[in-house]
Amino acid sequence: MWYDEMVRVVGRPKLVEERIMRIEIHRERCIGAGMCVLTAPDLFDQSEDDGCVVLLNPEPAPDRHEAAKQAESLCPSGTIEVVPDED
Amino acid sequence: MPDKLSTATTLPTARASGCPFDPPPELGELRQHGPISRLAFPDGHLGWVVTSQAAARTVLADRRFSSRIELIHQPIPVPGVEKIPRKTRPGSFIRMDPPEHTRYRHLLTGQFTVRRMKALEPRIEQITTEHLDAMEEHGPPVDLVPAFSLPIPSLVICELLGVPYSYREKFQKDTSTLLRLTSPPDERVAAMEAVNDLLRDLVLSKRTNPDDALISGLIRDTELNDDELVGISTLLLLAGHETTANMLALGTFALLQRPDQLAALRKDPDLIEGAVEELLRYLSIVQFGTVRAALEDVEVDGQLVKAGETVVISIPLANRDPDRFDHPEALDVTRSAAGHVAFGHGIHQCLGQQLARIEMRIGYRELFRRFPTLRLAVAPDEVPLRTDMAIYGVHHLPVAW
Ligand code: HEM
Ligand code: SF4
Repeated sequence: MWYDEMVRVVGRPKLVEERIMRIEIHRERCIGAGMCVLTAPDLFDQSEDDGCVVLLNPEPAPDRHEAAKQAESLCPSGTIEVVPDED
Repeated sequence: MPDKLSTATTLPTARASGCPFDPPPELGELRQHGPISRLAFPDGHLGWVVTSQAAARTVLADRRFSSRIELIHQPIPVPGVEKIPRKTRPGSFIRMDPPEHTRYRHLLTGQFTVRRMKALEPRIEQITTEHLDAMEEHGPPVDLVPAFSLPIPSLVICELLGVPYSYREKFQKDTSTLLRLTSPPDERVAAMEAVNDLLRDLVLSKRTNPDDALISGLIRDTELNDDELVGISTLLLLAGHETTANMLALGTFALLQRPDQLAALRKDPDLIEGAVEELLRYLSIVQFGTVRAALEDVEVDGQLVKAGETVVISIPLANRDPDRFDHPEALDVTRSAAGHVAFGHGIHQCLGQQLARIEMRIGYRELFRRFPTLRLAVAPDEVPLRTDMAIYGVHHLPVAW
């Protein structure tokens, strides 16, 4: 099909999801609800002192992009922001 | 535009008979007016009710909506409401806005992390097993509420705070008076005072005899005064007590009424995490929702909410929003219920949610493992429902096996 043809010629296109993705944290908003840790324990932790979020991996591998976005949408306080890394 | 004053109803609370798990049918009808519609309040106030999941999350995440009790009109008639002080007690941060809310919440979040709660698992398992042993020894029939669903979360929160178990019985009577909407006002005020006195007693005793539980920790690590410590302890005890208890009993009732769902869960125990989320969504025990007051004019889904107006966020309707959940009226333990608002949303989202999740996972799992033939010991329509309580559930759940 045309898609396979194109891939053969120009290589696989980088889908948006496959680009590098950055996680940004607005820590002052965090209320320690822990949804992020529950959703993606490899990306987020909670500090022992105040229970607020600790970012373990600001640039998750593509197979964890979905989880990062899920954490962004489930965080009750808007602490987690996932931004496509444009450079 | 329709005449809003004449069309507005008060919050419907009557569930259909034979449908103990479904929100009141008239409540569901409010959806047809859009995600936010006019609501009349018993005191004559004209406010709003939010019925969609998206609008619920928007309002709960918007800091222009306040949780302060003195700004909020009650959507449910409470007898003698004028006698009940409309003032936030020191430390009762569920009814505060930032920055006061932030200060208290941040003193506690470290105690309720996913990791801390996981560390409690063995102890919760032990408490659960002890209660199941006692049930087995007693033999059927057993009322699951006093035998299982109420004592387990109650013991856990008491241990977490460092409240001696001997305080419990008295406390239980007073909290149920407090949470029953039809309690006479004098009784409510007296119950509140009794809980307060009990906890003041406790805080003072921790000052001289500290232990390694939460209240002593707060005394050691913070500058909180006695009033604040009493307020925080009261909030945690009240919030941590009947909520999980009602989820355990009502959830058991629901699973017993849906043998296919129970069978699916039995077949694949790994479903338990998702099943707990689905039960939270489906049962939405904070049955009248949560309330906020607009601090300024805010537009929500095309409607202008004016400063000072109260907004009810209907948790049961948000959790059964057909735009968000397929077949929302069905209990389906295999679905993803992610995004439900059973624990609220925004900065007040439940502080105890990770504890509640662990208690429910262990509770349901062990109950159905120990009693594979568990069944109701009465007809389903004989189970007394907590329709008059702020937190929905069952008063009793007679079971046999
Ligand atoms: C299944 C059980 C539970 C349910 C359904 C539940 C539900 C909720 C909801 C809906 C709110 C938000 C209220 C609002 O936005 O106005 C809330 C807040 C809260 N819950 Fe829970 N809860 C549960 C268990 C617990 C437990 C076990 C604890 C105690 C450790 C607890 C402590 C709190 C506290 C302290 C708040 C206030 C948080 C704040 O204002 O920042 N809850 N809960
Ligand atoms: S989900 Fe959001 S509020 Fe909760 S701990 Fe994670 S970052 Fe903080």
